[in-house]
Amino acid sequence: MSLTQEEVFEKVKKVIVEGLGVSEELVKMESSYTDDLGADSLDTVELVMALEEEFGTEIADEDAEKLTTVNKTVEFILSKN
Amino acid sequence: MSKRVVVTGMGTLNPSGNNVDTYWQSLLQGKSNIVPIEEFDVTDFTTRFAGLVKEYNFEDILDKKECRRLSRFILLGYAAAVEALKQANLPMEEFAEEIGVEVGSGIGGIDILEKMTIALHERGPSKVSPFTVPMMIIDMISGFISIKSGAKGPNASSVSACASGSHSMGNAFNMIRSGKVKAMITGGSESAITPIGLASFCAAKSLSQDNENYSTASKPFDLNRSGFVMGEGAGILIFEELEFAKKRGATILAEVVGFGSSGDAYHITAPAPEGEGGARAMKIALEDAKMNPEDISYINAHGTSTKMNDKNETAAIKSVFGDYAHSVAISSTKSITGHLLGAAAAIEAIASIKMMDKNTVIPTINFSTPDPECDLNYTPNKPVEREINAVMSNSFGFGGHNAVIIFKKYE
Repeated sequence: MSLTQEEVFEKVKKVIVEGLGVSEELVKMESSYTDDLGADSLDTVELVMALEEEFGTEIADEDAEKLTTVNKTVEFILSKN
Repeated sequence: MSKRVVVTGMGTLNPSGNNVDTYWQSLLQGKSNIVPIEEFDVTDFTTRFAGLVKEYNFEDILDKKECRRLSRFILLGYAAAVEALKQANLPMEEFAEEIGVEVGSGIGGIDILEKMTIALHERGPSKVSPFTVPMMIIDMISGFISIKSGAKGPNASSVSACASGSHSMGNAFNMIRSGKVKAMITGGSESAITPIGLASFCAAKSLSQDNENYSTASKPFDLNRSGFVMGEGAGILIFEELEFAKKRGATILAEVVGFGSSGDAYHITAPAPEGEGGARAMKIALEDAKMNPEDISYINAHGTSTKMNDKNETAAIKSVFGDYAHSVAISSTKSITGHLLGAAAAIEAIASIKMMDKNTVIPTINFSTPDPECDLNYTPNKPVEREINAVMSNSFGFGGHNAVIIFKKYE
């Protein structure tokens, strides 16, 4: 059974809160990892690894580079489902 | 002209205490702080005990993300630095570029290297954390302390196995003495009690295997000593130029007066016969301090509880101190804390400075059977009150690295 957008967002949010150590309220659909959530390049690599783990999927480097916001991440995961 | 260097702050986390006061009280009690290892399954290991840091909540000083990522030797070293910096209260903002960091480690982030090697082997290269190298490299302890404290002066780490802390302090001392900087955050940190760290030392037959009697297994200079006991922790000291410290009204804990180092050019793990290299380092340190052997009231021995070290260190002390070798107070606090490898010299410097302050020699505990080859005054089992004006602290590392530092009461 595939996940709804809301369910994917909640899971992505959980990964971000854990990975970047930010508060839940800060994580919105439109949030940018670097501009809004304070992630640096190493943080984003680690985040992608955590997302792969959470969703049991592989994210290729060329795809990972495009995942700059929460929204893009959620859409990408929905498209893989 | 050469500057005088003093100590104005100290901090530690080690098996005997998570701050300097607790550590000192624990040393005074003279009880072993060695425990069975419960952090991972040790069933198949020939040694199953160590000195561990317990009950410290790193989230009190760092955020969750940092706690999750940092390797343990960095967590321990940073926590000790927080205590030392609080005591010294350096004017960091105004003098940032003249305050440096030189903190060493023997082994560094072996915990993350081990974890990531397993991830690589079991799940492939894409599962290796981008923090593997930054968290593994030894110099990150100095880097991380500078990022957190704002110290922008010289920043590096010395690596010389079990002498790493001493070499780091020696370099820090010389940097201030030469007038290049006002203060240095220095010392050592170590956390190598992981499956691979423990297995490696077990395989090298360096460790005591007295699992039944773990609390008496570290018995330096005793005839029945059978190897060292691993410990983890960190010691951080703030070294400062005397006039700078005086002008800002800092509390001066001791003066750093001499440092000597040498190489054995002999063997990867065994010390040179008769402790020849160690003896040279002691002589160089005494010359550096412009002191005679008789000026030293107490020697904090490297005293690892291995057959080879204790015998050779004894011979080395005799060759440098002559007849006085039999009356100078000596002890190995490793009998209480275990051997903290690259952090050993730093926590032992703290112990030695406290001993000077309190005029009390902390004993070598677990001492019951004298060894004819170790026949000096190792202060067996009970603390001894005696005037202590100057202390020498010895550290020798695998690879034949010898480092000796001398502190004296500040007058």
